Amino acid sequence: MTAPAIEILGLTKDYPVGFWRKRMRRSLDSLSLQVEEGEVFGFLGPNGAGKTTTLKLLMGLIFPTSGTARVRGRSIEDVAMHREIGYLPEQPYFYDYLSARELLSYYARFHGFSAAERRLRVDRSLERVGLTQAANVQLRKFSKGMLQRVGIAQAILHEPQVIFLDEPMSGLDPVGRREVRDIILELRRQGRTVFFSTHILSDAEMLCDRVAVLHQGKLQGIGAPGEIVSLELQGMEILFEAREGRALPGGLAQRATQTGGRYRIEVPEADIYGVLGQLKDCDARILSVSPVRPTLEDYFFRLVKSEPHPAYAVEVGAR
Amino acid sequence: MSALTAMPAVVAVNTFREAVRDRVLYNLIFFAFLMMGAAILVGQISIGIERLVIINLGLSAISAFGLVMAIFIGVGLVSKEIEKRTLYSLLAKPIRRWEFIAGKFGGLLLTLIVNTSVMTLGVLLALVYVGHPYNPYAKEVVIAVYFILLSLALVTALALFFSCFSSPMLSTLFTLGIYITGVFSEDIRGFGEVTNNKLLLAVTRVIYYMIPNFHNFNAIAIASHGQAIPFRQVWQNSLYALLYVVLILFAASAVFSRRNLK
Repeated sequence: MTAPAIEILGLTKDYPVGFWRKRMRRSLDSLSLQVEEGEVFGFLGPNGAGKTTTLKLLMGLIFPTSGTARVRGRSIEDVAMHREIGYLPEQPYFYDYLSARELLSYYARFHGFSAAERRLRVDRSLERVGLTQAANVQLRKFSKGMLQRVGIAQAILHEPQVIFLDEPMSGLDPVGRREVRDIILELRRQGRTVFFSTHILSDAEMLCDRVAVLHQGKLQGIGAPGEIVSLELQGMEILFEAREGRALPGGLAQRATQTGGRYRIEVPEADIYGVLGQLKDCDARILSVSPVRPTLEDYFFRLVKSEPHPAYAVEVGAR
Repeated sequence: MSALTAMPAVVAVNTFREAVRDRVLYNLIFFAFLMMGAAILVGQISIGIERLVIINLGLSAISAFGLVMAIFIGVGLVSKEIEKRTLYSLLAKPIRRWEFIAGKFGGLLLTLIVNTSVMTLGVLLALVYVGHPYNPYAKEVVIAVYFILLSLALVTALALFFSCFSSPMLSTLFTLGIYITGVFSEDIRGFGEVTNNKLLLAVTRVIYYMIPNFHNFNAIAIASHGQAIPFRQVWQNSLYALLYVVLILFAASAVFSRRNLK
């Protein structure tokens, strides 16, 4: 049996806070989860939920208070683990005196590639993230979105089996976001494992095989996006256009929301035929009828709203 | 390249490149003007002591420029990478933290070696200019420069050590404090010995043995007077510096390996 791509076992992280009287604040609380090979796994949560802390623990940038983790069967303390992973930090920043090409070439050296192979991989990565034209420009002249692309390029440069991306869509314009989504889908097609944190829920719903939701350092739920939220029907959504000169029946007119020339109305499933009949009577043009199910976004907001205080780390005791 | 030095070498080359791109080596231009000016001026005002003045001035400038570089670049070697978060993507690569520390040290040392070598060439050219095509002092000058480099290696290691856990400003103060104490460590021990206070004697002895003795690396006066520097002193100083550098880098790696990069 092969080892899971990522195995997190009771990871906990406490940070000391305060200057004179040190207290410990828990930013991650006994996180345990497993990601299988080839999965695209979304790590969701509001700001301060512990997503970046988890990724930093996995990368060995900070050390756990307790618990451990393994990537492809290797402990996160094992430097050899880093040969098999790629990592995009949150809001990445790189040596600004280097060009994109020089930076990638520098990072490629850590993987022991020959000069010819380095050149090949660097060119390929730059092309993959659409930076071929800017390859020789110093990074200090790059925009935030371009730096994000460089960050993705360095994460996939050595074709790692597991890729960790911390907020990969952050700072990108719609075109950039679409390109990153395509890269993630391509990585999945290649059988690689992608673990990415985000608070853009539509991206998670669109890309992820499974998601985990983190809140105040605790795992709230894990599963396929459809499993996390209830699949129970919440109602039906009707999109229609009113015929010119024909007024909508009073009840419908009050409940419908108008955008441009179109109306949208949400009705209970049991009322759908009655409402459609009313719309037919006033000669409205039905554009679509679709079921309304709770989204990951609804789940996410319920979770955050259920807490009386914002999502910050929890104080766990004096030192 | 062995597996032990491969990763540090990659970091070292990039550190050197950073120094060059940050125009650190521009100080050489200032040094070149200083040596040209001194050579022209000395030729006119000093009678028979041109060599002494050029060597004294040149080696003192090499030492001072090197010290400023070692401290001010050294204290930012690690802290700047943490502050700018460039370390995050780097440490996700298959590199150990001690290899990063060794590489950073190697990179700055390489910068100092290049800088010092060019300056030494400048001093030797100035000596030629003041009328000594064959200079019997050249060997002593080179050894004195080698000693300066050893002391700069020590200062770099100290600055790097403090950079692993402290802010650049505090690291500068700590490094400079140790350097100055090290320059006067003989005097500090002598002071303890002349007092009859046992506590003071113990404290000054601890300082003397703990703090690297930078006075040992100063051979500028010997070189400028054309006196021979015994070979014994060369290997003793080499061994002394090597031992301290290894110890300090070991301590820096130990501290940095436990540091959380928040």
